[in-house]
Amino acid sequence: MKYLDEYRDAKIARGLAAEILRRSTRPWVLMEICGGQTHTLMRYGIDDLLGDSVQLVHGPGCPVCVTSLETIDRALALAARPGVTLVSYGDMLRVPGSKADLFQVKAEGGDVRVVYSPTDAVQLARSQPDRKVVFFAVGFETTAPAHAMAILQAERLGLKNFSILASHVLVPPAIRTLLGSPRNRVQGFIAPGHVCTVVGYREYEDLVREFHVPIVVGGFEPVDLLEAIRMLVVQLEEGRAEIENQYVRSVQYEGNRPAQEAVARVFEVADRKWRGIGSIPVSGLRIRDEYAAFDAERTFELTCVCAEEPAECISAEVLLGNKKPTDCTAFGTRCTPERPLGAPMVSTEGACAAYYQYRRHAVAR
Amino acid sequence: MCLAIPGRVAQIDINDGIRTGRVQFGGITRQACLDFVPEAKEGDYVLVHVGFAISVVDKDEAERTYALLETMGVLEDELAIEKPDPSAKP
Amino acid sequence: MPPTTNTAATRLPAEPVSDEPKDIAAFSCPLPLPARDRILLGHGSGGKLSAELLKDVFLPALGNPVLNRLEDQAIVSLNGTRLAITTDSFVVKPLFFRGGDIGSLAVHGTINDLAMGGAEPLWLSAAFILEEGLPTETLKRVVASMHEAAVKAGVPIVTGDTKVVEKGSADGLFINTTGIGRVRDGVALSASQAQPGDAILVSGFIGDHGIAILAEREGLQFETQVHSDSAALHTLAAALLDATQEVRCLRDPTRGGLSSTLNEIATSSGVGMELNETAIPVREEVRGACEMLGLDPMYVANEGKLVAVVASSAAEKALAALKNHPQGRDAVIVGKVTGEHPRMVVMRTPFGTTRIVDMLAGDQLPRIC
Repeated sequence: MKYLDEYRDAKIARGLAAEILRRSTRPWVLMEICGGQTHTLMRYGIDDLLGDSVQLVHGPGCPVCVTSLETIDRALALAARPGVTLVSYGDMLRVPGSKADLFQVKAEGGDVRVVYSPTDAVQLARSQPDRKVVFFAVGFETTAPAHAMAILQAERLGLKNFSILASHVLVPPAIRTLLGSPRNRVQGFIAPGHVCTVVGYREYEDLVREFHVPIVVGGFEPVDLLEAIRMLVVQLEEGRAEIENQYVRSVQYEGNRPAQEAVARVFEVADRKWRGIGSIPVSGLRIRDEYAAFDAERTFELTCVCAEEPAECISAEVLLGNKKPTDCTAFGTRCTPERPLGAPMVSTEGACAAYYQYRRHAVAR
Repeated sequence: MCLAIPGRVAQIDINDGIRTGRVQFGGITRQACLDFVPEAKEGDYVLVHVGFAISVVDKDEAERTYALLETMGVLEDELAIEKPDPSAKP
Repeated sequence: MPPTTNTAATRLPAEPVSDEPKDIAAFSCPLPLPARDRILLGHGSGGKLSAELLKDVFLPALGNPVLNRLEDQAIVSLNGTRLAITTDSFVVKPLFFRGGDIGSLAVHGTINDLAMGGAEPLWLSAAFILEEGLPTETLKRVVASMHEAAVKAGVPIVTGDTKVVEKGSADGLFINTTGIGRVRDGVALSASQAQPGDAILVSGFIGDHGIAILAEREGLQFETQVHSDSAALHTLAAALLDATQEVRCLRDPTRGGLSSTLNEIATSSGVGMELNETAIPVREEVRGACEMLGLDPMYVANEGKLVAVVASSAAEKALAALKNHPQGRDAVIVGKVTGEHPRMVVMRTPFGTTRIVDMLAGDQLPRIC
């Protein structure tokens, strides 16, 4: 597949790894933000390839993991209602709320369906006017435009039975929180390439200026990530802190204007609670009042659930890169993908799940 | 986030007032909304995320940077004698 | 400290009761049920949850020496003749898909379970559970397809049953089958026989069936030429067993995919496995679909492929025997059994690094992350 396979080339990957090993004089601590990037690093064993030349820590780049417990409980409550069809991306189905997950609600009779695209949810609403279709709209800046379009399309079609339960989080405020923490060890960041495809990288340039930390916008294939790591190592070795773009085939400084406009039309920035981390100011999106008819939080009466995570779960520490999944006392024993204590063990992009799935034998040895 | 993969735009239509493309990903075809990439034409490659194209692949930039990456691979071959052992850092 | 929840707050406000024949009491109960009191879809996916169900429910209640071996077929003896018996249920949705339907799937799947035990399939039974309201024409199509598949395979359906359930209780139609076969002399296959050094072979491209089904599922539709690989494999298995006496085990990697099957064998035999990622055969279209949906072909179902574990000395002969057969033309050696990391299947990536190929908890789901 063009523009995919070339970036999985083994020779180039090994060449990049060798170059990184050659240039690096100490184990620089680097963080990739996006869950998809974590997945690639684990799947190709890139940390093995790089040895001690860098230390890779994984950031809160999994919107599934950081969707607040309250929001998940709201989704579960809606899914259980007669007359409601809850439509979701596959990622969300196994994430535990305070007592159950969507699979369990489905088992108890809730109408829960998986789609690939929000347009499938709009079509479903159109074809089933007697059911209230709620789309569980979770994501980062990459997915917000699609959710905005879903609402605009539903409006254009005059649908009265379509709404979204939105949980959008924004990346730069999370990085700012991380960098502002006195315990931060991260020395360089790989910025999420698809988020930046949509929003550009002006905000990351601001972060570089404010915190003097190098940031490279990186893609998702192993060669992309290795190249981004190489670029970071070169900056760090040369004592520079700049914004650079590795993912030039997709990312431009300004990002995607039409997509940004769609988001601005439907959403506005708001404070947001990140599961495992807490509330981060202006780090989320809420639906504007003009589109309140499409906001499931306002069209359904949902009472607030106040729940806490199991004490043993250290997802906050893992999401912020302060601890590795293997540092957790419950990892692989009391907390496994079948019986997760926290979201990063369930979501396929969660750091804990990635570690469990791919790295267990290294730990065992 | 986020899973977006490159596909080739095979055909462009208007459906329900939305510009959509039939996009091919290695042999399968799926509709994608092209409203965010008004400049996309048939034959272009676009990155598709949840059924929406979010960028047109910049062929020239891709080619330019890939040529540089390939030299890494060549270098790797030439330095094969002194291939570093990842598990043994000096 | 247990999670605290204000249970009064989770009580749902009064809603008009829907027409759906569901258990109304389940909705009004404010206390969500704890995790394992209900059967989930994942329990049927062939992964860890399925294994748990066996361990926690079925084996304690029904266990006996034959059942406990947990092979795809039971091998029993009658007056010195070894018979293989298998039973299977088919619940696929949609009923008709490119490359097959629930009927032909039922015939092939049952025959294959017998064939994986080294048995020549002799007879099948078919029991139907029909949903009230199913169009008779649909049933006729399915039955015609079953007949065709049975005739082509040379295995007659000799007895059957029909039940009808209320509308909404079945996805139109479910089929349960039983198959009986005679085990070849001198052949004793088992998932517990894999030994370090053995070669692992796959008879062709993986992931075709699962992707063909997904392509027709509402919410995920995409256009593809991929069709299900559903096929009866008894002659392929026979060709392999003719060629060499050193086959340890045969399995068809259905639900849960190649990865689940290999994990089952590794666990059963107490051995490790190392796979070569570049050797795993996946069609371009299947790969495209998997990339788009974020799926790993290793976990996608197959209905016309077999996995063979054979002694390393017999590997080339086994491969040649498979490739000589029309259903095995794309056969390939994908890895080997090892004494290291017992019960773990490890994949060597094209970069030379390794990762674990684990068993999934439940079903693999399309993802956006």
